[in-house]
Amino acid sequence: MAYQESKQVQIRYYAALREERGLPAETVTTFAGSLRELYLELRDKHGFRLGCERLRVAVNDRFGNWDDELADSDRVVFIPPVSGG
Amino acid sequence: MFLLSKEAIEIEPLRRLFADARAGAVATFEGRVRNHNDGRPVLGLDYEAYEALAVEEAETIMKEATDRFGLYKACCVHRVGSLRVGDLAVWVGVSGAHRAEAFAACQYIIDAVKHRLPIWKRERYADGSVEWVNCQSGSRELSREHAH
Repeated sequence: MAYQESKQVQIRYYAALREERGLPAETVTTFAGSLRELYLELRDKHGFRLGCERLRVAVNDRFGNWDDELADSDRVVFIPPVSGG
Repeated sequence: MFLLSKEAIEIEPLRRLFADARAGAVATFEGRVRNHNDGRPVLGLDYEAYEALAVEEAETIMKEATDRFGLYKACCVHRVGSLRVGDLAVWVGVSGAHRAEAFAACQYIIDAVKHRLPIWKRERYADGSVEWVNCQSGSRELSREHAH
């Protein structure tokens, strides 16, 4: 079998997610293949209330898609429902 | 032009940016913190932004509005930090040749800013509780919005 490489990614949290996590940012080592898998892994670990369907996701300061592949050193932000204005 | 501001927004310097002999219409919008939302008395708001992405997405919105409505200038400033009732939360200004395009562009920008920018507001209520708007897990909350 092929061995999967782990990835180190930087996560930043905002608003409701920051409060639920109790941290503004963290570095995570993961085997998640996609952004969705990463969120589900973290949600499972920290009990975030909102599911992917209520969030958006950004990678390296660009909006991304949940099924985008996660790469080593990615900077990821999960975006709770926005409420500016 | 889009800015996130930690300080109170000053309108007069912004208005001066719109001096333009071609512009027959300048439309502006002020979004202010109001004292109630969804039937609850509100004392103030805290705004938080994912700055890099908010600025980039906002510049996209300004360009869309400029192209679509043929504007001469479009500008938006959004507050971050702690605000009280009556404070200016967001300011939008646009200039064009005629009023119809200016009104429409102003509305287009404020609607897009509310729906697309990664900016969040936490309301502080008179009873001492706080809540991130739109972030509740129940379905009832999906339609809630602190609409200016």
